[in-house]
Amino acid sequence: MKSTVLIEGSAAGEVLALTHPISFWGGVDPKTGDIIDARHPERGHNIAGKILALPGMIGSSSAAAVMLELIHANKAPAALIMPEPDAILLLGVIVAREMGWAIPPAFALDKDAQKMLGGKMIKIAADGMITA
Amino acid sequence: MALTLSNEDQAILSGVHGEGMAMAMRIVADTAKLMGAPRLIPIASAHIDGALYHGDSGTLFAEKLVDGQAKVIVRSTLNVGALDLMGCSKQKLPPHERDMAKRMMRAYEAMGCEPSWTCSPYQAGHRPAVGSDVAWGESNAVVFCNSVLGARTNRYGDFLDIACAIAGRAPDYGLHRVDNRRARFVIDVSGLSEALRRADVFYPVLGTWFGLEMTNDIGVVDGLQGFPNEDNLKAFGAASASSGGVGLFHIAGVTPEAPTVDAALQGQKPERVIRVTADMLLGALKRLSNASSEAIDAIAIGSPHLSLDEIHALLTLMNDRKVNRPFFACTGRHVLRSIDADGTRKKLESLGITIVADTCVVVTPMLPDGGGVLMTNSGKFAHYATGNTGYMVQYGSLKDCVESAVSGHVIRDGGLWQ
Repeated sequence: MKSTVLIEGSAAGEVLALTHPISFWGGVDPKTGDIIDARHPERGHNIAGKILALPGMIGSSSAAAVMLELIHANKAPAALIMPEPDAILLLGVIVAREMGWAIPPAFALDKDAQKMLGGKMIKIAADGMITA
Repeated sequence: MALTLSNEDQAILSGVHGEGMAMAMRIVADTAKLMGAPRLIPIASAHIDGALYHGDSGTLFAEKLVDGQAKVIVRSTLNVGALDLMGCSKQKLPPHERDMAKRMMRAYEAMGCEPSWTCSPYQAGHRPAVGSDVAWGESNAVVFCNSVLGARTNRYGDFLDIACAIAGRAPDYGLHRVDNRRARFVIDVSGLSEALRRADVFYPVLGTWFGLEMTNDIGVVDGLQGFPNEDNLKAFGAASASSGGVGLFHIAGVTPEAPTVDAALQGQKPERVIRVTADMLLGALKRLSNASSEAIDAIAIGSPHLSLDEIHALLTLMNDRKVNRPFFACTGRHVLRSIDADGTRKKLESLGITIVADTCVVVTPMLPDGGGVLMTNSGKFAHYATGNTGYMVQYGSLKDCVESAVSGHVIRDGGLWQ
C-alpha cells in the first residue's frame, strides 16, 4: 500500500485507527495522550507512540497547540495518517520541527484504506510505502 | 501546483532580516506547500489567537521568536489570554501555569502585537478594508472579518497567525480566492415572524442551526434585510463557528458581498434552497440548554466580548437590582476605558457583577469551584462551557439572564418561539 508523504520521515508500530473524526482540543489530553472526548468511540485509548490513523478532523483551531504540547511531552503518535492534509493539526508538527524537537511524520491515505490497517503492526518508509 | 517564492520571500528565508523572521517564513512556506498554495500573498493585518496558554510549549515557541528578534510587520491585534492583566477579575491558575501564561502574553507584546486582548477586535477599531487579504485567528473573529467586514482570511490556527504577521504574507488558497467565497446554499428566513427576527435571542439560535446545517459550507441568508445590528451579526457568526466550522456567511442586503442573493451566488444556481421555520430552529434552541435544573449557580455573558452598547443594555436591564448569583460580564480594554470613564463599571460592580477584561470564563479557570448550572445569552459559551468548565448550561436572552441572576433560578420568556 502506498501513501502520500505530507511530513517527511519513517515510522514503525501498531496502528490505532480511529472510527470517528476527533477534535484534538478537548478531545486528547495534551499531557498524557489519552483520548478524553466523552462522545468519542475510542475514548480511553492512548495515542502516544501509536501510528494514529485519523478519518477526519473537527473542531477548534487550537489543535495545533495540543499537537505541539504532545510532542513536547513525548506523548505524540509515532506517525499520523489522514485522508488529506490538515493545515491546523500539522502546523503543530511544523512548529515542533522549528523548535528542534523529534517529530512524527505524516502521510495521506484514504479512509477505507486506513480501516484495513487498524490494530496491525506496520512500517511506513520515507517514500510513503506501507508494509506489514 | 508547486509553490513559487518571490526573491523577497527567499531573502527573508535566508535570514537577511534575522532568524526570527526566517523561522516565521519557513512556517508560512511549509504550510503553503502542504495546502498546495501556488504562492504567498501580502497581508494587510493579523489577529493573533496564539497567546492563550495551553501548555509550556506554546510559551517556548513565542519566546524563541522573540529571541530571534522577530517583529510583526503588519497591524496585529491580540485575542484573549489566560489572565486578566487589568486586574478586574481573578483567575485560579496554579503558580507555574500563571507564570508561563504571563510570559506568553508578554512575548506576544514584545513582538509588537497590540495588547488589545479581545475576541471582538473588529469592535476595538481593527476593521480591515473590503477585499483586503488578512490573516486572522479565533473562529468568531475570522467569520466576522470575512462576512461582515468583507476582508479575506482563512481560519488561521495557533502559530500560523503570528508567523503570517511576522512574514507579512499568507499562503494563497481557500477564502483568499474570490471564487471560493461563493454561496452554494440559500437559507430563506422570510417566513419567520418579525418579532423573532428583531430579537437578540434569535441570532445565536439561528447561528447554531446554520453551523450544524452548513458545517464548512457557505450559505446566503435571505429575509433579514433591515433586521440585524452589528452585535446580532457578531452573535450569529460566533455561534455558527462553534456548532460548525463556518468561516464565511452572507446575508442578503446586509453583508458586503451580498447586496443581493444573486450576487452572493456569483450568478450561479444554488445547490439547495432551505426555507427555515420556527419549528426547525427549536432543535438548535434546545441544544443550547443542556441543564435539567432550573436553579442556576452562575451567569456569564460576553462571548464574543461585549460591546459598549451591550454593557449599557445590561445596566439598563439591571434597573438598580442586585444579582443573587456570581455574574461575569466579559469584555475588552476598548470598552473598559469607556465604562471606567462614565461610571458604568462602578455601578455594575456595586450590583454584584464582575467585569472580566482580557480573557473569559471558558478559556481559563474563573467560575466558582464545584460546577453546577451556568446561564448565558451566548451561543458560543453555551457550546463550550460544559467541556471546558464542567458547568451545565441554560440559554436565554440578556433579559432572561438578568432576571434569572436576580432571582437565582431560570426565568425565561419563551413566547417568541411559539
